[in-house]
Amino acid sequence: MGISRRQFLQRGALAGAAIALSGKPGEASVDAPELRTKGLKTTTTICPFCSVGCGLIVHTKDGRVVNAEGDPQHPINQGALCPKGGALFQIANNENRLQKVKYRAPGSDKWEEKSWDWALDRIAQRMKETRDKSFKKTELNKKDSKEYVVNRTDGMAFFGGAGLDNEECYLWTKFARAMGVGQLEHQARL
Amino acid sequence: MTNHWIDLKNSDVILAIGCNPAENHPVSFKWIEKALDSGAKLIAVDPRYTRTASKSDIYAQIRPGTDIAFLGGIINFALQNTMIHEEYVREYTNATFIVSEQFDFQDGMFCAFDDQEKTYDLKSWAYATTADGKPKRDMGMKDPKSVYQLMKNHYKRYDVDTVCAITGTKKEDYLKVAKAFCGTGRADKAGTILYAMGITQSTHGSQNVRAVALLQMLLGNIGIAGGGVNALRGESNVQGSTDYGLLFHILPGYLKSPEFDNVDLKAYNEKWTPKTKDPKSANWWGNTPKYITSLLKAWYGENATAENDFCYDYLPKRMGNYSYVKIMEKMGKGELEGLVCMGMNPAVGGPDSMAAREALGKLKWLVTADLWETESSIFWKRPGVDPKKIQTEVFMLPAASSIEKEGSISNSGRWAQWRYAAIHPVGDSRSDLHIIDEFYKRVKALYLKQGGAFPEPITKLSWNYGNGHEPDVHLVAREINGYFTKDMTIVDKDKTLEFKKGDQVPMFKYLQDDGSTVSGCWIYCGSYTKDGNQMARRDLADPTGLGLFPKWSWCWPVNRRIIYNRASVNPAGEPFNAKRPVIAWDPLEKKWRGDVPDGPWPPMKDDKEGKYPFIMLPEGHGRLYALDMKDGPFPEHYEPVESPARNLLSRVQSNPVVKVPKNVSSDTAKFPYVGTTYRVTEHWQAGAMTRSLPWLVELVPDMFVELSETLAQRKGIKQGDTVKVTTERGSIEAVALVTSRLKPFNVQGRMIEQVGMPWHFGYAGLATGDSGNVLTPTVGCANTGIPEFKAFLCNIEKGGKRA
Repeated sequence: MGISRRQFLQRGALAGAAIALSGKPGEASVDAPELRTKGLKTTTTICPFCSVGCGLIVHTKDGRVVNAEGDPQHPINQGALCPKGGALFQIANNENRLQKVKYRAPGSDKWEEKSWDWALDRIAQRMKETRDKSFKKTELNKKDSKEYVVNRTDGMAFFGGAGLDNEECYLWTKFARAMGVGQLEHQARL
Repeated sequence: MTNHWIDLKNSDVILAIGCNPAENHPVSFKWIEKALDSGAKLIAVDPRYTRTASKSDIYAQIRPGTDIAFLGGIINFALQNTMIHEEYVREYTNATFIVSEQFDFQDGMFCAFDDQEKTYDLKSWAYATTADGKPKRDMGMKDPKSVYQLMKNHYKRYDVDTVCAITGTKKEDYLKVAKAFCGTGRADKAGTILYAMGITQSTHGSQNVRAVALLQMLLGNIGIAGGGVNALRGESNVQGSTDYGLLFHILPGYLKSPEFDNVDLKAYNEKWTPKTKDPKSANWWGNTPKYITSLLKAWYGENATAENDFCYDYLPKRMGNYSYVKIMEKMGKGELEGLVCMGMNPAVGGPDSMAAREALGKLKWLVTADLWETESSIFWKRPGVDPKKIQTEVFMLPAASSIEKEGSISNSGRWAQWRYAAIHPVGDSRSDLHIIDEFYKRVKALYLKQGGAFPEPITKLSWNYGNGHEPDVHLVAREINGYFTKDMTIVDKDKTLEFKKGDQVPMFKYLQDDGSTVSGCWIYCGSYTKDGNQMARRDLADPTGLGLFPKWSWCWPVNRRIIYNRASVNPAGEPFNAKRPVIAWDPLEKKWRGDVPDGPWPPMKDDKEGKYPFIMLPEGHGRLYALDMKDGPFPEHYEPVESPARNLLSRVQSNPVVKVPKNVSSDTAKFPYVGTTYRVTEHWQAGAMTRSLPWLVELVPDMFVELSETLAQRKGIKQGDTVKVTTERGSIEAVALVTSRLKPFNVQGRMIEQVGMPWHFGYAGLATGDSGNVLTPTVGCANTGIPEFKAFLCNIEKGGKRA
């Protein structure tokens, strides 16, 4: 394998650093069994809890998360995490996570499992019914006793967004306003 | 944040008021400690001796809800002892501006108050203007009607003894804080103020923030490295969700959502585009027509044309206030049929939780999208209710977690950082992007098939995110950034730029008001360009050494890491602090060095092209005196609506603009203690994201109520006892936590005890407990409506069931 002078110097410097850390050459691996995450697929992410925006590395194997730890290259957290960030692993591996669409009929005391198709069709129907019923083409302004065009759906409200990605927030607001929803609010108001 | 997390290391004095970064933003403390290692001082102002306080050089105890008195006293201290940054104040703030003759302030009230409507006439607070329409100024700041003199007069009432009698702070601690923080009024010193919900969750929350800003402007601390007004935001993407306009009064990019009398796009632009007659003012919001038109093009695509007002008619117009609390009130009256909650839990997160849970039962239908069962999704089977009597139809949709999808989030420092999918969504869960996409497509299909009320805003919406099973998040991100809708030639000073139809717009200064550009959120223009996804960048270069990391992710606006940075230099463009220059003007090459400057113009002194630094305001100067606050141009101390004390500064007890609801009580015989809510490191917000994680549940398994050793002794309460806390809204039961972290306050000669508690708990999840918000009042800030969670009156008793 060809190796440039520059690469050779870089590798030499790395080897030098390893020797400096371990004291004697050859001892570095004595007490360091190979990391169990070695060779696994890695992805970077940003913590979903507070707004510091710490980086994490997620290790996966066969489509499952096997480890999540602070990203040492991330300039803000430099590998560190708080207890919440350190528990990210348990968000993906958690028996309490919702796995199915659930439906509770009016007056019922239990959930029923439903398909996405069934639920989404019914939700779309509810949204449309409420919109059609409560859509306000115009509204009277009491101060000047004039009717103004408002094109607004007053029968429903949309909440949430601080836990969504930016692109999701964008589609959420775009959809809400297209539906005529003025009552769009989220955690920033609390 | 005007600045960002790593920048905390550049500070000389860090004032944490109404926040607790050591526990609630733990990793940020790395950068606070870095500053401390370099000799900085940390000041913690909090009702409780928090972990932030335990690492501080100066701790000052403050009674909840008295922040304006506290900060007003510091403002007074700076003014009386001439510790302000004089050049900064004179050149960059409105201190030199003359106010109209009409302006007046007497005994807690500003002029022009309508007692019936409980509103002020804001016009009476306007600037006096010269014949050519510019604000009148007195550069000597001697005129009695100058903002400087009015401000000095206003805050001279905030003397140290009066302030400490209000806040309950020990005088010697208070003086230490004042001296240390005002010491940053020098050009070579930087002071930062960090705040969170302790400041915002108040009936005068916006004025609390203003008091922070006012102090920072007086000390010349905005725009500089290690300075700023820094809101430590609570959720991972609450910065982004606010940027994208998920609030009733705004659209993406802080454009105003249209009001009923903005009858067409012209009227909208007329109303929301500020004007200036001063050529030195950049008046950036003067670009409003470009941004709203580019937004309408993003939403209605080819259908949006100049002839049809770019489909402006399709946007809903507001008449009145639809803030969270108002919506919940309406829901409680049965006036709302449907509610969709995307990762939000009103049964725990809002005030007066019992009323909120009742209100959910008045809905015809409720949709929730979450990772877990939340108190809101199972409200119909909550303890003490009969599900048969609740007629709400509930859909609970399983949502994918942050590592099961791809997209960006914006941290408190405005850094938009890209995340990748590590695994597929678990079970049948789906990303919120996918769920919203399905909502839209199915509703549209129904309207196309059946017709209905004004279908066009839905059927004509532009929604082109690929042909896959799920929307392509990159196509969404590209639309947010924006692109050209036709071939364009733009002449920008000495450069001629050629763009093809479909090219990404490189930055928002190229957005247009004629339909030739699309941009879903103008402040994110530049985040996804021809060079690719800027939010995914991971280059660790730090050329200034200030920790700006300009090539790590991307930050709005225009990748500017410290906003208002034109205020970090003198009018000639030379850094006030040569040791920590954010930007500096190179007079030879005629360009700025360092961070992305707040606009390309030369320094303010340049006669032809120079601009004032506060570019978002039409007058270009930071507002010590505000023109558009509903409750006054200067922050004035009022007591919280539930208070154990009388207002010592005026006869006006609480914010006169705030309407007080019925279930609020200042009966100190019934409710003698000050109650407050807070958060712990191990749990998060309404708890859904942490109370189901076994590791975190093991760390903090129970709801608790914290009280002082003196109160515990008086009430015969021991560590671990069950206690009952009651307010006018309801009662909760919890485990008593007796600590020396809480101490009573000396308020006007009386010792007032306080009771603190987290608000993370509820009846869903692995660890359950009563919700702190059962106790909190439904009354909010005059300007924003953010509820007063932080200061209420309560009683505490040993044992006992909930009321």
